[in-house]
Amino acid sequence: MLNVRNVVRDAEKAKDKKAAIGQDITIENFTKEDKSAHELIDEIGDVSKKTKGDLLKVGIDAEENERSGSFLQFDQSNVFSSSSSDSVELMNLESAIDKYSWVKDYLWQVVKPDADKYTARTALREQEEDVKSGYFVRSLPGTKEIFPIQTCMFIADENVMQTAHNIIIAEENSELHLITGCATGDDVASALHVGVSEFYLKPGAKITFTMVHNWAEQVEVRPRTGVKLYDDSTYINNYILTSPVKSIQSYPTAFCDGKNSRAVFQSIQSGQKDSIIDVGSRALLNGKGSAAEVISRAVSNDESQIFSRGHLAGLVPDVKGHLECHGLVLADDSRIYAVPELEASAANLEMSHEAAVGKIDEEEIYYLTSRGLSEEEATSMIVRGFLSMDITGLPDELANETQRMIDLSLDGM
Amino acid sequence: MLLEIKDLAVEVEGKLVLKDIDLSIKEGETHVLLGPNGAGKSTLFLTILGFPNYKVLNGSIIFKGEDITNLSTTERVKRGIGVSFQNPPAIRGVSVQNLLKFESGQDVEKPLNNRMVDLSEKLKFNNEFLNRDVNLGFSGGEVKRSEILQLLAQMPEFIMFDEPDSGVDIENVELLAGQLNDLLDKDKKPAKRKKGGLLITHLGYILNFVHADKAHILMDGEIACSGDPNEILEDVRKEGFKGCVECAKCS
Ligand SMILES: Nc1ncnc2c1ncn2[C@@H]1O[C@H](COP(=O)(O)OP(=O)(O)OP(=O)(O)O)[C@@H](O)[C@H]1O
Ligand SMILES: [Mg+2]
Repeated sequence: MLNVRNVVRDAEKAKDKKAAIGQDITIENFTKEDKSAHELIDEIGDVSKKTKGDLLKVGIDAEENERSGSFLQFDQSNVFSSSSSDSVELMNLESAIDKYSWVKDYLWQVVKPDADKYTARTALREQEEDVKSGYFVRSLPGTKEIFPIQTCMFIADENVMQTAHNIIIAEENSELHLITGCATGDDVASALHVGVSEFYLKPGAKITFTMVHNWAEQVEVRPRTGVKLYDDSTYINNYILTSPVKSIQSYPTAFCDGKNSRAVFQSIQSGQKDSIIDVGSRALLNGKGSAAEVISRAVSNDESQIFSRGHLAGLVPDVKGHLECHGLVLADDSRIYAVPELEASAANLEMSHEAAVGKIDEEEIYYLTSRGLSEEEATSMIVRGFLSMDITGLPDELANETQRMIDLSLDGM
Repeated sequence: MLLEIKDLAVEVEGKLVLKDIDLSIKEGETHVLLGPNGAGKSTLFLTILGFPNYKVLNGSIIFKGEDITNLSTTERVKRGIGVSFQNPPAIRGVSVQNLLKFESGQDVEKPLNNRMVDLSEKLKFNNEFLNRDVNLGFSGGEVKRSEILQLLAQMPEFIMFDEPDSGVDIENVELLAGQLNDLLDKDKKPAKRKKGGLLITHLGYILNFVHADKAHILMDGEIACSGDPNEILEDVRKEGFKGCVECAKCS
């Protein structure tokens, strides 16, 4: 196990280490903000009307309808956190570390502090500068809360570097649903977001994590996510990005160590303007009978570039993996680069992939115009159809809600 | 006149497919278009519909007195032209139900209206089917029934059917024919019929259930002969298309 000293030591060494993929960002160009720069709020409904609207677009309901709790981080400040559920604990990470001596054992275990400079800087802020931002969510053993916890990372000030370290634990045989939205305020043109998230699924646990991004056009985004799965646990990740961003690079990784553990990653990306989107999902199948599925749909508009990655590694016999990566290139100046990787280092496993990238079939457009749609309406219907996918594993209410979130974000396209 | 085609010549992908077509269809009339494979029947349909790949080199298409030769497909459809396709493409993520709502002018957020639900049931489509992606993995018969259902949602004034009966079993041909008759106002007295239709059929089986007023044989991009549907079909069955055209020439 990493102790604090080792975290600092490793992070120190890696603080200028470029990420393995994605454009390099000069972190020094962004401003660090204090963790108390924004005042705490008493009620999530106290945020401005404008902010409420911004939050709603990424699935965060200030009315907290059908939510079991809410967490809000503005820049570096944890301004609100409250859970109404008996089954789920929600607080900022700092409070959790104070409350439970064992929380530190979950820090930097599935995301390494020296992975790259983004994780390193986040670790240094936390350990050296004592700026602990981010949330802690824990579902208690044997509980099942059907309403999701909503968490939001909001960038309110121009040019800040926002870091967050989130710890999510689903105790044995519990079920936990999270919706997380990331957004930027109106006055923000450029900023850097680094979010480190570590998930732990104890035996028999299930987590669904649905993330909607809506950044400003000049925001750089570097989430770093690791997921540890114990026996018979299930992790479902839904990711939706349909608005412009300067660049985003993320490659969440699930460690399916437990037997019969299962990870599902579904993502919908629509590249707008000159966004550079580099999103992948990785699962390392290490547990007997473990399985993973990666499904992505990407459309590129304008001059956007999308790198759609997937990596499944079967490391022991009797595991199963499927990777599916479909892309639609909508503009001549845009680009989709699908990179599906399968790796098998044991016999008797089942791994497959399916990748298809192309333009919209004109026949489909003509067919719809012959039903009275204009070419634009036809294109939009085809694109929406292409991006819609069955969202499995969510309770009905949440599935409908997620579909509404997808629709809402597609409306803005 | 509902539809009037004059001196029409059409090129597809650089190939002259239709040479010199003249065809007039009045309100209330249904015509049948016959002809061998590759004669240009579907091409004529898609040209009337205004698909961009079908280049009109000469001639004009007049619909309800308006020259529509240069209108887009969408505009033609809005003016009342509809078609059921021979081989429609599948569209992932677009459900039959959502298309029906669009075609019948309903709010997508609301449940399908009763009229469409009843019609779907008549065409033997259950709710599960209505939620399927349009044409994706449909059987031959399902494709045809779904095309007719969509026309029922649209209720066009002039309807073209491209082989609505091919690949359909006898029982389902009768079912489809019933809906075709509704679409074409066949239950109304001839004088009250407003709708017009043009029907492609190879086997002519559907004509046992749908009355047609006139038949045309299209050969090598031209209308080689026209006349009473029963007589022409009889001749084609006996003499083949060539023979039938020959005998039309000498008479
Ligand atoms: N998009 C296209 N590209 C190239 N050639 C085409 C295209 N569409 C039609 N053609 C050609 O035009 C000719 C007429 O085709 P069309 O589909 O109109 O025939 P058809 O009478 O409907 O035949 P069938 O009875 O087999 O349906 C054929 O030689 C066909 O290959
Ligand atoms: Mg044809």
